[in-house]
Amino acid sequence: MPKKTVLSVQIEFVSILDEHGNYDAALGDGLIPDADLIKLYEAMSSCRYLDEVAFKLQRSGRMGTYPQNMGQEAGSLGAAYILNKDDWLVTCYRENCGLFWRGVPMESILLHWMGDERGNAMPREHFATPIAVPIGTQMLHAAGLAWASKYRGDSQIACTFFGDGATSEGDFHEAANFAANLDLPVVFCCQNNFWAISTPGRIECSAPTVAQRGIAYGMPCLQVDGNDIFACAYATKWAAERARQESKPSFIEMVTYRLGDHTTADDARRYRDQAEVDVWKERDPLLRTRMHLERKKLWDSSKEEAMQARVKTDVDAAVKRAEEIAAPPAADLFNSMYAELPPTLAHQRDTMQTHSLASEQAAKVEGH
Amino acid sequence: MANLNLVQAINLALIQEMEKDDRVLILGEDVGVNGGVFRVTEGLQKRFGEKRVVDTPLAESGIIGTSIGLAMAGLRPVPEIQFEGFLGPAYDQICSHAARMRTRTRGAYTVPLTIRVPVGGGIHAPELHSDSPEAIYAHTPGLKVVMPSSPYDAKGLLVSAIRDPDPVIFFEPKRVYRAFREEVPEDEYTIPIGKARVICEGTDLTVISWGASVMQCMESIEKSSKSVELIDLRTIYPLDIETIEASVRKTGRCVIVHEAPFTCGFGAEVAATIMERCFLHLEAPVQRVTGFDTIMPYYKLELNYLPDATRISGAINDIAAY
Repeated sequence: MPKKTVLSVQIEFVSILDEHGNYDAALGDGLIPDADLIKLYEAMSSCRYLDEVAFKLQRSGRMGTYPQNMGQEAGSLGAAYILNKDDWLVTCYRENCGLFWRGVPMESILLHWMGDERGNAMPREHFATPIAVPIGTQMLHAAGLAWASKYRGDSQIACTFFGDGATSEGDFHEAANFAANLDLPVVFCCQNNFWAISTPGRIECSAPTVAQRGIAYGMPCLQVDGNDIFACAYATKWAAERARQESKPSFIEMVTYRLGDHTTADDARRYRDQAEVDVWKERDPLLRTRMHLERKKLWDSSKEEAMQARVKTDVDAAVKRAEEIAAPPAADLFNSMYAELPPTLAHQRDTMQTHSLASEQAAKVEGH
Repeated sequence: MANLNLVQAINLALIQEMEKDDRVLILGEDVGVNGGVFRVTEGLQKRFGEKRVVDTPLAESGIIGTSIGLAMAGLRPVPEIQFEGFLGPAYDQICSHAARMRTRTRGAYTVPLTIRVPVGGGIHAPELHSDSPEAIYAHTPGLKVVMPSSPYDAKGLLVSAIRDPDPVIFFEPKRVYRAFREEVPEDEYTIPIGKARVICEGTDLTVISWGASVMQCMESIEKSSKSVELIDLRTIYPLDIETIEASVRKTGRCVIVHEAPFTCGFGAEVAATIMERCFLHLEAPVQRVTGFDTIMPYYKLELNYLPDATRISGAINDIAAY
C-alpha cells in the first residue's frame, strides 16, 4: 500500500500594520474606526507610562515585585476592544492594557502589586478574573466559565491570555483538550514573547510555531503580529465569531516581545542580548500606531504632548489613590476565608493568637 | 424510608439535589454512560441528560480547573475524582485556586464546588487506589473536608456540601460503599458540616475516628468490657472541637483511629487539640492507632497496614489501664 497523507496543516500569519507603518487596508477594513484607534493608542500609552511609574515605585520601595507589560500592550487591548463587555477576560499578569480597557481600575492592579489582596477583588461587572500567578492554570477556569455560559444557553464567551512558557504546562493541554472536545466557546490567546524569565522559546516549544499546538487539539489556529493592534483585533474577531456562533475554541499566537525584565526582580541582561531587544524596540506597538495615526493626519506632536500630559495626570492620580488605601485591619486576613467563619478561625481573628487558653486559665496555670 | 448502602445513599442525594437545583451538574471520568467505576452516578446521565452529567477527558487538573470556572460563574459543579490517588494532578487547582478564590477576591468570586472522591483501603484495589490524604486538604486553608462513615450521614452531608458556598472535598470510604445498609429517609434532610456524631456514649474512654475506621472501632468496642464513647468526626475540617472536648473532659482518656499514616495524620491535630483543651482532665496520654509511616501497601499486606479491631482493642486496654 502506498503511504498517504492523512493530515497536512497550514498556519496563516496575519499582519495588518507593520513596524514600518505599512497598512493592509483590505484586511483592516472596518476593523477599528479612527476615533477608536486614537483611544486605543492613548490606552497603550497610559499602560506604558504606568509601567515606567511602577518600576520607579518598586525601586524606591513603594511597591513590591512588579511585572512590566512594556511591548505587549497590543495583544490584550486588541482582544478586549473586540470582545463584548460581558465576555470573560481570563488573564495572567501581562494584560494590564486589556483589563484597563475593560474598566478594571488602574489602582486595583497597583494595589495588587503593592501586596494588597483587595486589588484582586475584581468587581463582577468587569467579567475579568483575578490575576493568575501560577503559570497556565487560568486557562482551565476560562474553559469552565465558557462551559457555564454554554450550559445556560448564553452567548457569552471566554478569552484567556497566557505566555509561550505556559504552553509547556499540563494545564494548557488539558484546557485545550477540554475546550475542543466539549465544544466550549474559548479564545486561547498565547502571547509569545520569546522568553519565560530566562528560558528561551525553543526550550518551551521546538515546533516552528506555538500556534500549531492548537492544531493538535483540533482547533483552528492563527499566528499574528502581536505588536499590531489591528492584527490582534482581527484574530480575536475571527475566533470570537467561531466561539459565539459554533461554540468552539480557537487558538491565536500573538508574536510579541517582552521589552522589559520578567519582573522588577529580574535582570534580563543576564540571558539575552541588547541587540535583540533593540530590534524589538523598533517593532514597538506604540510607535507604529502613532506613525499610522500621523500618516492619516489624525495625530501630531501637539496632540501627543497633550495626550501624554493627560496620561501622566491620570496615572499619577491612580498611584495616589492606591497609595492612600491604608493596609486593611488584621481581621481582613480571616474575613473572606469562608462564607461563615469556623469557630477556630473566628477565635484566631478575634484574639490574633493561635493559643487558646482563656486568661483565667492562663493565670491559674501560672499560679500553679 | 429505604434500606440503602453508601453508594445508593449518595446516588439518591445527587438525584435529589439535581432535581431541586438546575445549577448542579456532575462531571468526571466515566461518570456518565458508565455511572462511575463504583456506580455512584449510576443512571444519572439517563435521567438528567448529557448536559448535566458529563463524561470528561481523563485529566484531573482539567476536571477541577473547569469546575472552578463553572463555580465562579455561579453553577454548582460536583466533579468526581475517580480515586484519591489521582488527586495529585488536581492539587494545584484545588489548593492554589479553589481554596483561595474567595479570600483573594474578597468574596467577589467564590467556588461552591463539591469534589467527590472515593478514599481509603480495604477493597483489594491496585496501587495508588487506597490512600487516605484527608490531612493534606484539612491543612489547606479555604477548604472543607468531609468523610461520612454511614449511608444516612453520607446523604445528609452530601446535600450540605453541594449547598455549601465554599469548596468541599467529600471523601467516600470505599470500604463502606457496600459494607452495610441502613434506613435512609427519602425525604430531604441535611447534616451540618462541622458536626461530629457520638455513635455510642461511654464513661471510661473516648475513641475518635472517621471514615471506614469507624467500622473497626465499633467492632472493637462491641467486644470491650469498658464503657467506651465513640465519636465519628464526619467532618475533618472544620473540626468539631466542642464534641471532642465534652467527651474527653468526661472520660479523661482518648484513642484516635485513622487509616492515614501516623506522622502528621489528622489524629495529630486532634491529639494536640485535646491536650490544649482538656489538659487537666487527662488521665492518660492520648494515643493514636493509625496506618503506618509507610506507603499504603499493595493489597496482600493492606490488612496489616490498616488499623483493625485487634490493634484498636490493644490501645483501648492500654489506655484504660494507664
